[in-house]
Amino acid sequence: MRRFGWFNATSLTLGLAFLYLPMVILIVYSFNESKLVTVWAGFSTKWYGELFRNEAFLDAAWVTLKVAVVSSTIATVLGTMAAQVLVRAGRFPGRTLFSGMIYAPLVMPEVITGLSLLLLFIAIGLDRGVFTIILAHTTFSMCYVSVVVSARLATFDRSLEEAALDLGCTPFDAFRSVTLPVIAPAVIAGWLLAFTLSLDDLVIASFAAGPASTTLPIKIWSSIRLGVSPEINALSTILIGVVSAGVISASLISKRAMVLRAREERQAEQG
Amino acid sequence: MATMPANEDFAPWDDPSARALITFRNVTKRFGRFTAIDAIDLAIYEREFFALLGPSGCGKTTLMRMLAGFETPTEGAIELAGRDIVPVPPNRREVNMMFQSYALFPHLSVWDNIAFGLRRSAMGRADIAARVEEMLRLTRLEPFARRKPHQISGGQRQRVALARSLAKAPKLLLLDEPLGALDKKLRQETQFELMDIQEKTGTTFVIVTHDQEEAMTVASRVAVMDHGRIVQVDTPARIYESPNSVYVADFIGDVNIIEGTAGASSDGPNLAVHWAEGQQALTGPARTPLAGGQRCALAIRPEKIAISGDRPGGMHNVVQGKVLDIAYLGNVSTYHVELPTGHVLKAQTANTRRIARRSHTWDDTVWLSWSDTASVVLPV
Ligand SMILES: Nc1ncnc2c1ncn2[C@@H]1O[C@H](COP(=O)(O)OP(=O)(O)OP(=O)(O)O)[C@@H](O)[C@H]1O
Ligand SMILES: [Mg+2]
Repeated sequence: MRRFGWFNATSLTLGLAFLYLPMVILIVYSFNESKLVTVWAGFSTKWYGELFRNEAFLDAAWVTLKVAVVSSTIATVLGTMAAQVLVRAGRFPGRTLFSGMIYAPLVMPEVITGLSLLLLFIAIGLDRGVFTIILAHTTFSMCYVSVVVSARLATFDRSLEEAALDLGCTPFDAFRSVTLPVIAPAVIAGWLLAFTLSLDDLVIASFAAGPASTTLPIKIWSSIRLGVSPEINALSTILIGVVSAGVISASLISKRAMVLRAREERQAEQG
Repeated sequence: MATMPANEDFAPWDDPSARALITFRNVTKRFGRFTAIDAIDLAIYEREFFALLGPSGCGKTTLMRMLAGFETPTEGAIELAGRDIVPVPPNRREVNMMFQSYALFPHLSVWDNIAFGLRRSAMGRADIAARVEEMLRLTRLEPFARRKPHQISGGQRQRVALARSLAKAPKLLLLDEPLGALDKKLRQETQFELMDIQEKTGTTFVIVTHDQEEAMTVASRVAVMDHGRIVQVDTPARIYESPNSVYVADFIGDVNIIEGTAGASSDGPNLAVHWAEGQQALTGPARTPLAGGQRCALAIRPEKIAISGDRPGGMHNVVQGKVLDIAYLGNVSTYHVELPTGHVLKAQTANTRRIARRSHTWDDTVWLSWSDTASVVLPV
């Protein structure tokens, strides 16, 4: 710490505190004995026990998990396909428009995405429920996957695919047996990203969800309007754990792949 | 330098009734406004070992890629065994290519890389294993079979790429600089190995190389390319002995080029070349008929020039000069001799004696001479 100097040390502390103090407080109070959220009465895990006996929360958790797994999987397939087209197809009429349309949801306000999806569902007479949440989450997380995968594809050696074709693969077979294994770390990172995005989405889910299907973020949001209970703290702590595990492993996977690739390239140069 | 191809009777290109395996008909390839291949006509026959030679960027890889199916000609047609192959996708062509960049699959072991193509054919498991082992033995990669491509050396990687392309024993094999990363000894062994494979399997090879000696050793015919055009296609011996242009003469091996004007009349096939004021004209056979007074160049290989201390008798082509430099290359020495006209000629002699007993040394006045048929007169 000494070599930072007092100014840098203070900035760092303040910045980190600003970012993480609310979460730390939340986590600490999830282990509070007292029912009163703001009064510390000793350590206890009883709220976690309560939580697991609460049917409504468990239902919501199950819906959330289903939505996250299914939507991130579909988003990964579609996003990878879009990335393949963007990076590989070279120039075709409307390419700029296509890539713009793929990336637009990244910057589109969530409220607008949610609202437009809602209007669409109503227009085509689709009953809102788990299925519509999955559709909505696939739509917005697909572009994140596509960004991650196309960054990897841009540095992928095209001649590997050509070699596969040359040795008798069909284009699909070449993609499956050569391209996909090589870019797998990026695809997995994309999936994890989509998964965590879906897990903690509130805005879009609340547009797409129906009365019978509630996701955890919606459940939390609606129950704190009746007052914050320590149960919510416990639930949020678990969510924080899952989300950070997802994000950290996504970044570790892509970092490890990058290090490996750098090492291979170095070795290749040295011959 | 030039060794004759193994089978001297093999010359389908001289046989008008022979059918070519590959035919390029007026093929042009453009990338945007850049012309990489410029109206090429070419016939390659079955069982040939055809070498493409030319400076970097002249279109060798592009020509190969059109044969493999990765590029489509902008104009013209390519036929394989009489069938137009332009619309056939790469995976349906009985053609395998060894990539200049090797293109090894990084996630597969050496063994699996070599087996990759075989697994996509109708071959059974046991046959695949046997074939892979055979390829490993051939390329001496047995100790590395289980390693990944990033765990082996550059030369070993090149051999994996070679083994992978050979494994399927295709009708036509395209090798893009297959031996560049190998040391001289291993390269020569692999060259003979390739020629052997070719003898045994009857596969047709098209090979790109930057090494003329390699082209001379392995090829049945050589095509010399320049800026997307084919300048000359001929047997290695004819390319070397009788190039059709100064470009080819200069590109293949070492050569002295003496520019001048053609003499009025020729005695027999020989033409006199007036090359400097007050000097006796030099004579040599003309590659193409030249009119008197036309600009031309006499090309003479250094090893065909004799060097002596006294004026040799009975020769038309004799010049005198001073030794400027001597390059000792082990088995031969190259003398750089400056003529009074300012020309510098290279003459090569075999080192049959120890260097200490060399008969000519720096600044000695020497005579250079060569026979009438040793040189060739080319248009410029
Ligand atoms: N896809 C492409 N787009 C544009 N230009 C290209 C493309 N591929 C090749 N070229 C150009 O075509 C020319 C011929 O390239 P090619 O790769 O065939 O050369 P080469 O003879 O194989 O050279 P080297 O000996 O260096 O491998 C080069 O000038 C190259 O820049
Ligand atoms: Mg090349």
